Amino acid sequence: MLASLGLILLCQLIGEAVVRGLGLPLPGPVLGLLLLLIVLLARDRFALLARGPLRDGGIETASKGLLVHLSLLFVPAGVGVVQELDLLASHGIAIVVVLALSVVVTLLATVLTFRLVSRLLRQQDAR
Amino acid sequence: MKDNPFSLWVYLSQSPLLWLTVTLLVYASTDAVSLATRRHPLANPVLHATWIIGAFLLLTGTSYTTYFAGAQFVHFLLGPATVALAVPLYENRKRVVSSIVPMLVALISGSVTAVVSVVLLAEVAGLPRDVVLSLAPKSVTAGVAMGIAESLHADPSLAAVAVILTGIMGAIIVTPLMNRTGITDYRARGFAAGLAAHGIGTARAFQVDEIAGVFSGIAMSLNALVTSFLVPLAVTLLVR
Repeated sequence: MLASLGLILLCQLIGEAVVRGLGLPLPGPVLGLLLLLIVLLARDRFALLARGPLRDGGIETASKGLLVHLSLLFVPAGVGVVQELDLLASHGIAIVVVLALSVVVTLLATVLTFRLVSRLLRQQDAR
Repeated sequence: MKDNPFSLWVYLSQSPLLWLTVTLLVYASTDAVSLATRRHPLANPVLHATWIIGAFLLLTGTSYTTYFAGAQFVHFLLGPATVALAVPLYENRKRVVSSIVPMLVALISGSVTAVVSVVLLAEVAGLPRDVVLSLAPKSVTAGVAMGIAESLHADPSLAAVAVILTGIMGAIIVTPLMNRTGITDYRARGFAAGLAAHGIGTARAFQVDEIAGVFSGIAMSLNALVTSFLVPLAVTLLVR
C-alpha cells in the first residue's frame, strides 16, 4: 500500500518537474498519469518490473481507493468559490446563464460527434 | 480555560483538525444522501458539501485561509488521484484503443465548441472584455484555467469560479441531458462529461459507469492540452 502510494506520488513528482522545467501547458499530474500508464504497460512486456507495488494488484488497489471518493477532493476548491461569490456580484446571473448554456452545447457537440464518427467507422468496416 | 468559554472554540477553529473533520463529515453525509437517492443528479455531493461548508464558514466568521489549513490535506489528493486514473485506463485499454478515432474527432469538436460558445454567448450577454477572457477556459481543470487567464491578463480568481461552476452544472446536467438524447454509449457520454466539466464531470461519470469514468478522464486530460492552445487563438479571433 505504502509503496503503491509512493509510486503514484513519484509519477506525479516527475510529471510536475517536467511540466515546470519545460513550461508545458499541461497539468503535472496529467503527465504523471501518462507515466504510470507507461509503467503498467511496460510491466506486461518485461516480467522483471512485476515487483513491489506492481505485483498482486498493489497499485490497482491503491489507485481505486483514491478514485472511490474523487468527488470529495473537489470540495475544498468548491468552498473557495463560495467565498469568492462577490466576484459574481455585478454580472452574476449573466455569467451563470452563459456558463450553463455553454456546458449544454459542449456536452451535445462532443457526444454527438463521438457517436457520429463511431457509426461512420462501423459502416465502413461492415462494407 | 474557565474564564473564557470560547477559548476552546478559538483553539479548535484555528487548528487543521476541526476543518478536516468538518470537510469529511459533511461530505460523508451528502454522499450518503446521494447514494440513498441512487445518485440523483440534483443530489450531487460536491454541490451540497460545498454550500453547506461555505455557509458554515460564513456563520462562524471563519476565513477561507483557516479552513484551507485543514482542507488542504484533502485538496492535495487531487494530484495523486489524477495519476491514479492511469489504472482504470490501463484496465480498459482495449476499448480505449479501439475508440481512438471518435475520441480525437470529438476532442476537437468539443473543445472548439466549449471555447467558442462561451466567448460568443458572453459577448451577446454584453459582458465586459476582462470577464469574457476569464470565462473562456472554463472547461478545463482550475489550475490550467487560472494559468490561461493569467497569460491573457484576465482575472484568475474569476476563472477558477467559472471552472467550478461549470463543473458542478455539467455534472448535474449531463445524465438527464444524455438520457434525453437517447445515447446509451457510455464511452461517448463519459467523454463528453470530462471534456465539458473536467474533474467534477469525471467524478460524476465514475458514479454512473466505470467505462464512462475512464473516457471522461481521457477527455479531461486531452482537453487541458488543447484548450491551452485554443483559448489564445479564439480570443484573438472572436473578442472585440
